[in-house]
Amino acid sequence: MLRPRIIPCLLMHQGGLVKTQGFKDPKYVGDPINAVRIFNEKEADELMVLDIDATAKGVEPDFGLIAKLAAECRMPLCYGGGVTTAEQAARIVDMGVEKVAISAAAIANPSLLTEMAAAVGRQSVVAVLDVRKRSGLFAKGYEVCTHNAKIAHKLDSVTLIQQLQIAGAGEIVINAVDSDGLMQGYDLDLAEQVKRAVKVPVTFLGGAGSLEHIGDLISRLGVVGAAAGSLFVFKGKYRAVLINYPTPAQKIQLCRDALKN
Amino acid sequence: MIHIVDYGVGNIQAFLNLFKRLGIEAKRAYTPDALAGSTRLVLPGVGHFDHAMQRLNDSGMRPCLEELVLGSQVPVLGICVGMQMLAQGSDEGVLSGLSWVPGRVRSFASHPKSADLPMPHMGWNELQPSAGAKLFARGFDDAPQFYFLHSYYFDAQDKGDVAATAHYGMDFDAVVARGHIHGVQCHPEKSHHWGEQLLKNFVEL
Repeated sequence: MLRPRIIPCLLMHQGGLVKTQGFKDPKYVGDPINAVRIFNEKEADELMVLDIDATAKGVEPDFGLIAKLAAECRMPLCYGGGVTTAEQAARIVDMGVEKVAISAAAIANPSLLTEMAAAVGRQSVVAVLDVRKRSGLFAKGYEVCTHNAKIAHKLDSVTLIQQLQIAGAGEIVINAVDSDGLMQGYDLDLAEQVKRAVKVPVTFLGGAGSLEHIGDLISRLGVVGAAAGSLFVFKGKYRAVLINYPTPAQKIQLCRDALKN
Repeated sequence: MIHIVDYGVGNIQAFLNLFKRLGIEAKRAYTPDALAGSTRLVLPGVGHFDHAMQRLNDSGMRPCLEELVLGSQVPVLGICVGMQMLAQGSDEGVLSGLSWVPGRVRSFASHPKSADLPMPHMGWNELQPSAGAKLFARGFDDAPQFYFLHSYYFDAQDKGDVAATAHYGMDFDAVVARGHIHGVQCHPEKSHHWGEQLLKNFVEL
């Protein structure tokens, strides 16, 4: 049986790893290579590394650092941040990265996903969508934003997700902006809406504060990716930095129990 | 020497990294000359079947690989699309495969039991090794877990060639072995201690 994936998501900012809250206030949590080594030892299902500077500053991905991460990483790796061309995606895949995530560039130009899928195969193309509740008196539903949640887009989130899937995304990652760093649980209603609308594998990020939250997501949605940042880099209510991850036995038990419900 | 066949498709570096970590000498080979003296061959591959076949055909290494594998009986391990290339052909494309293991590559989307599942089949799944499968001869517990990322699967003509199955809507042939020719659909280079053990077993065959 295919098992749900439990995925640490690491954010890179000024060469170091950080964790944000509501996409703001980056707190330094350590060195990226060291973190990869720890997750290797813990046999994490997969790793997602997002460079939160590249798109915001309009610079290309840091290929040197990506090569180092890929060389170190002994689990499937998804890289995102600053990728704007199929050539860049191919270069990253050649370094030994399984999946390349794009967000802003895909929303601006969905055909980029088609070009990337032609270059590296659809299975390696991941569309990441930063989604938040619309604000305002009569606002309903969710909106998609980019550039670290500074720019909002008009299109309905589910419509946009379906467009990106048709264009060539082999996986969709939904990053819930409102829940980021709060550790209060995933936005399960949002997750359910998205899961129902897509045919490709989908991964949810934003809000997990405990393994129970991951269990809640899996019991509600079945086999999906459950990604988390804070949960795997902080310990305790004072948010002391400590990289952690469930043991293989804990992980298998968690998935088994959640899928039973 | 263990050679990772670099025909421009697939994650060569991940294999080099892993063999280095296992303390096993392995080299990248991208010309026929570089394949000289092979004792083991690893044939990686990702993406489209036809693209991978075309790149292999264009690499100039195919005659040399056929000589090594079919003539000198050098053990080979095809991985992901590298495994699918061992077949006669694929529903994903029109080019002929290597035809080293009789069978055809089919699409999950066209099989009634898997058509409604998320595609690609991506993530960690359990392998059920067949009795006596050499790649699983040592170091495996009851439920080896491997990372998969694919939408097409190998359908072996001779089910005696199936070394392990996995389940996605239905049981499919996830590992094949025909004599010294092996293929795995999953990614041992990204499957933690299970993958390391499988590669070790391949080297120690």
